[in-house]
Amino acid sequence: MTTTLADAGTRRGDRAGAGDGSPAPAGPPRRRRGPNGTQWAAVGFAAPLLTYLAVFYAYPLLRNLDLSTHDYTIRAFVTGDAEFVGLDNYVDVVSSPLFGTALANTAIFTLGSIAVQFTLGLALAVFFRSSFRLSGLLRALFLVPWLLPLIVSASTWSWMLNSENGIVNSVLGAFGVGQVNWLTSPDTALLSVTIANIWLGIPFNLVILYSGLQNIPDEVYEASSLDGAGPWRQFWSITFPLLRPVSAITLLLGLIYTLKVVDVIWIMTTGGPGDATTTLAVWSYSEAFGTGRPDFSPAAAVGNVLILIALVCGLLHIQLQRRQEA
Amino acid sequence: MISSTRKPALAAAAGLLSIGLLAGCSGGSTDGGGEAASGTYTWWDPYPQHESGSDWANRVEACGTEAGVEIQRTAYDTTALTNQALLAAQEGSSPDVILLDNPAVSTLAEAGILSTVDELGLDVSEVDENLLAAGQLEGDTFGIPIGANTLALYYNTAVLEAAGVDPASVTDWASLTAALEAIDASGARGITFAGIGTEEGSFQFLPWFWGAGADLDELDSPEAVAALTLWKDWVDRGLAPNTVINNSQNTTWEEFLTGDFGFVENGTWQVNSAAEAGFETGYVEIPAESGGVAPAPTGGEFIVAPVQDDDARYDVTREIVECMTTPEGFVETANTFAYYVPPTEEGQEALVEERPDLETWVSAVREAKGRTSDDLGTDYPVVSEALWTAVQRALSGIASPQEALEAAQDQVESELG
Repeated sequence: MTTTLADAGTRRGDRAGAGDGSPAPAGPPRRRRGPNGTQWAAVGFAAPLLTYLAVFYAYPLLRNLDLSTHDYTIRAFVTGDAEFVGLDNYVDVVSSPLFGTALANTAIFTLGSIAVQFTLGLALAVFFRSSFRLSGLLRALFLVPWLLPLIVSASTWSWMLNSENGIVNSVLGAFGVGQVNWLTSPDTALLSVTIANIWLGIPFNLVILYSGLQNIPDEVYEASSLDGAGPWRQFWSITFPLLRPVSAITLLLGLIYTLKVVDVIWIMTTGGPGDATTTLAVWSYSEAFGTGRPDFSPAAAVGNVLILIALVCGLLHIQLQRRQEA
Repeated sequence: MISSTRKPALAAAAGLLSIGLLAGCSGGSTDGGGEAASGTYTWWDPYPQHESGSDWANRVEACGTEAGVEIQRTAYDTTALTNQALLAAQEGSSPDVILLDNPAVSTLAEAGILSTVDELGLDVSEVDENLLAAGQLEGDTFGIPIGANTLALYYNTAVLEAAGVDPASVTDWASLTAALEAIDASGARGITFAGIGTEEGSFQFLPWFWGAGADLDELDSPEAVAALTLWKDWVDRGLAPNTVINNSQNTTWEEFLTGDFGFVENGTWQVNSAAEAGFETGYVEIPAESGGVAPAPTGGEFIVAPVQDDDARYDVTREIVECMTTPEGFVETANTFAYYVPPTEEGQEALVEERPDLETWVSAVREAKGRTSDDLGTDYPVVSEALWTAVQRALSGIASPQEALEAAQDQVESELG
């Protein structure tokens, strides 16, 4: 629950932004009617959207705040008379010994995933820019990770990385490398789930960056090649700078998607061994649903911390964009 | 460009989200509350593998027909069921009957959403005390076990023979470890079990924990450390595979079915699968540290009746519950669920008469112990989480068994105050 809420929360800004723009042209001002009538019409046109936003975005977000500022025991959850505790849940979360670990794991998992996903996605996008035989087919194959249900891909990864019978270890064994406990050693577990997540994220980066590349006019490349620029120079002087706006949004969306990843980690390690792969999102999920006793209040508090992190990153993005446009 | 690629993705995500929310809402509200037509009674159970038209579904339906009503059955995943029950109670739309995993009973009872057997007028005097304990909280009983299962050690006869190990010689930890060493020396793998970081991990560790004489009130006792050291020692020496750290009970069973393993710790529910394995299998009860049988935790579901606004519904609910808990009913359940041991002596005798080979399991269930018993109740989930975390930390080498269990005890004390 909390993760979907976090999800809704982080995207709300985007939706509201899009919403502000669309109803305005829908109700062109008619002079004959009074300003009142026009306003009513405007409200009428906006009503479905506003209702939708209120029911599916504002309410869950408020409910999440409500959960996190009250002490919802199981009994209180049913009767609805939870005690108001202010920021106690947040204090508990932040002062928990798990907080530092979870924050560090989240940072490593998120930044590691995004950096590699973006680099490989961009490299593949540039590679596919020049059409060649079967390039369409190959590009489609790269989308497979995106099409597979997560439970399938995550389970497959955990089989491949199995310490005793996994294909990865048997290949490494053929080259004389000893058994690596990918998912069961605290040293490699985080790396393993990050690798799986990178594989899952490449198609997203590839698709968006590839479509961004289509927007760079061929003439620029032609002109630069007449001036004697090699492929390396072309990339750094044309592709990369012209792709900057697309790159920024890809990185931002990637960040938001990766921050809230629960499924991949949960299926592969359930946040373990110990707490070696517990990120903030996994922590929130396990508080709410991972044990026999649902603790919705701390789970909501952790979820809100995640929303806050995503929000700060979103604001940074907008700030950067403004400065670029100015 | 940017916004046109973004919008569909966001819209799709928003669409999916709203579908999910709508599904969640309708799931809760259609299962009518007290005012619903009195001819329909709602029933939730954690057996999605038994679809409508299966033996189990027909049986549930038959109990409804006998009581003169129609039963509307919905199956959920085990963990989802507890949350669904909580949400439904919050909405005031609880089902009439729920089959609930036994450690969850005290959680829901604590929330005040279950009626007691006295309120329903049910007789539980025949039910085995050790099994009923999981459904008791502060002197009240909140449900009836419909069957029980527990853990034992299955073995691969061929592997043991090749290693020269007689299963009857496994009577305590020392003789078990010696057997594992002999199996390892013969080239096969010793034992596999599930140490995953969920309730299953604690469930599998408890027979060793209790078998050492440890108590869930004190996770860092020397006995507890001895139990965890036994597991850690097996993993470190390769007598158990490293994969046990992430293994669920199903995964361990699959490992055992490869035929490479001497022993596997698993439950009653695998009896059928063991009979169909490509090799001959047998089972022994899990030994305690210094001999005798270790108390294994009981598994299995309770039949419970959530509190309804409309008292008049309880009469029919009682009839439905009674239909499921007659001795014949228990045996039928036992057969439907691959040897779920009946919770009453009469039922157990009837089952053993039908299937004499299940006697070991019946005696194991009689020795077994509820996880939430010892008045742990709703504290159990907290203790259990600390315990499986300690098991994971020790096996993966993050901490020594002693350190891991001390940290676990600290965690329990800080959370329960």
